[in-house]
Amino acid sequence: MSEIQNYTLNFGPQHPAAHGVLRLVLELDGEVIQRADPHVGLLHRGTEKLAERRIYNQSIGYMDRLDYVSMMCNEHAYCMNIEKLLEIEVPERAQYIRVMFDEITRILNHLMWLGTHALDVGAMTMFLYCFREREDLMDAYEAVSGARMHASYYRPGGVYRDLPNSMPQYEASQWHSQSEVNEQNKNRQGSLLDFLKDFTNRFEGYVDEYETLLTDNRIWKQRTVDIGCVTADEAKDLGFTGPMIRASGVAWDLRKMEPYEVYDKIDFDIPVGTNGDSYDRYVVRVEEMRQSNRIISQCIDWLQDNPGPVMHEDHKITMPERMDMKEDMEGLIHHFKHFTEGYGVPEGEAYCAVEHPKGEFGTYIVSDGANKPYRLKIRAPGFAHLAAINFLTEGHMLADVVTVIGTLDIVFGEIDR
Amino acid sequence: MSQYYSELSDKVTNALAEIESVQATVAYGELTIEVSKENLLQICQTLRDNQELAFDTIIDICGVDYSTYECSKSHTSRFASVYHLLSVKNNHRIRVRTWLDDDFPVVDSVVSVWNGANWFERESFDLLGILYSGHPDLRRILTDYGFIGHPLRKDFPMVGQVEMRYDANKQRVIYEPVTLEERVTIPRIIRDDNRYAERLSNKGPSSGDEDSNSQGESA
Repeated sequence: MSEIQNYTLNFGPQHPAAHGVLRLVLELDGEVIQRADPHVGLLHRGTEKLAERRIYNQSIGYMDRLDYVSMMCNEHAYCMNIEKLLEIEVPERAQYIRVMFDEITRILNHLMWLGTHALDVGAMTMFLYCFREREDLMDAYEAVSGARMHASYYRPGGVYRDLPNSMPQYEASQWHSQSEVNEQNKNRQGSLLDFLKDFTNRFEGYVDEYETLLTDNRIWKQRTVDIGCVTADEAKDLGFTGPMIRASGVAWDLRKMEPYEVYDKIDFDIPVGTNGDSYDRYVVRVEEMRQSNRIISQCIDWLQDNPGPVMHEDHKITMPERMDMKEDMEGLIHHFKHFTEGYGVPEGEAYCAVEHPKGEFGTYIVSDGANKPYRLKIRAPGFAHLAAINFLTEGHMLADVVTVIGTLDIVFGEIDR
Repeated sequence: MSQYYSELSDKVTNALAEIESVQATVAYGELTIEVSKENLLQICQTLRDNQELAFDTIIDICGVDYSTYECSKSHTSRFASVYHLLSVKNNHRIRVRTWLDDDFPVVDSVVSVWNGANWFERESFDLLGILYSGHPDLRRILTDYGFIGHPLRKDFPMVGQVEMRYDANKQRVIYEPVTLEERVTIPRIIRDDNRYAERLSNKGPSSGDEDSNSQGESA
């Protein structure tokens, strides 16, 4: 009898379904996965080492580039940790703005995930639909921070500035006539909040569109149901958080369990799955988008009625107003100090986590009292999820690997750091 | 929050009393215990299996190199392995720190307790050179194939050791010693900040404070 050997297949790093730079060494028996060994680190930039040499505020920009599809949530975990060490309270308006942008980010992330996951599995239309809606939310990012993606909008002590009263407008060109442009600018006549209000009213209908395409789709179900099942106990053992553990039936959400900012004042539900398979994770994430939409509209209502400061008033820690800097001696001194030295954070250590779209995103800062962190550790949810890929794919077919990678919602910016 | 964690701190010290008497501190609403590396595995098992504690999820393992940490003398050796645990069942967290030897940092792997620890230990090994004995597959994870050194150690230069370029003569990519110079734009400064002095003397990790804490727990 001839000896049958397993076949080793290299999946990625340049594979369109690898979601970036995942090199996956697969050991196959026929078409059945025996072992999956992910090789990560191809996008390793040494963020943690870099942060040790930068003053606290300089690293905010690095946080955007960790999970580069949910930028503001990364900043949130970092800024909140510094605030925890400094023991400062963020103004309530800034807390609402942060919650609103966290949820905008969650929708951005889930749309990106849904589009690419469906594309991997074979549903092209989803990709186009999802990117259409992402455009509006990116415009909200742009209006508030000037950047469509890497915003660095959150600062320790609040947010960089208050919400703008006008939206950027499209301009007529040789490709787009004035009447076309007027149509595009129709919902951009008011403030950012008006624009977002209009979006939240429309978005529920968009989610219905996605569900029409996928939820009862026979092919979608054949590809996702019972693929990559995880029970609740296995999920805990593997360190899963976020939608990955919720789909297994555990109602674990930091927004409810350890409410930060103003989440305890906001009404929303936590969707949970039952089987813990890829289909349940899809359903959970789609429902999360609807819940995020609810949170955004509650935040808009509050923000429209309650003006106020968006930054902590202790200018030893936060930047003074631009005008103070020009006219006021103390403002000038603060400004000079911020740019030549930064601010010291008292000696101590703290771990701070937020409910990131992908799971629990945490930062652990060890400070020795200097103006730079002594050690910054970033706890990325995707890292724990990808570590379980061998467990999830074992015994499945080769084509299911793509589904499992998709369902994990991995982004290499945060895994490789 | 701190109230809850003070009570939890008593529960933890009682539950671990059979194994060893642990140092427990509560700061910033977080509970930290320091354990000896010999008993780490047994302590982790107790933390997971004790129903009152039930730390069923490992959130993070972080290696720390304390070699240039000068502020207070709370650290006893160069390396520490820090575990962040979470109880999904009871909704609380704990931080477990264990100090390791200076020249050969090695500690028992906790993969047998939580499978999720696997990659976190690999990462800590890769970036800090901490060895986890009993780990099923302790390979480098984030750095390049064939990488030498442990980048997050404080004696590893910021700019690295080697740089890579394409050599047209050899028609392949080659590694060379790095030519970049390390540049510091804003120096690292520790100010004597009186605003935090009172706070630090109350609950900071200064040695006098920990003594009073542990006395309170043993009483």
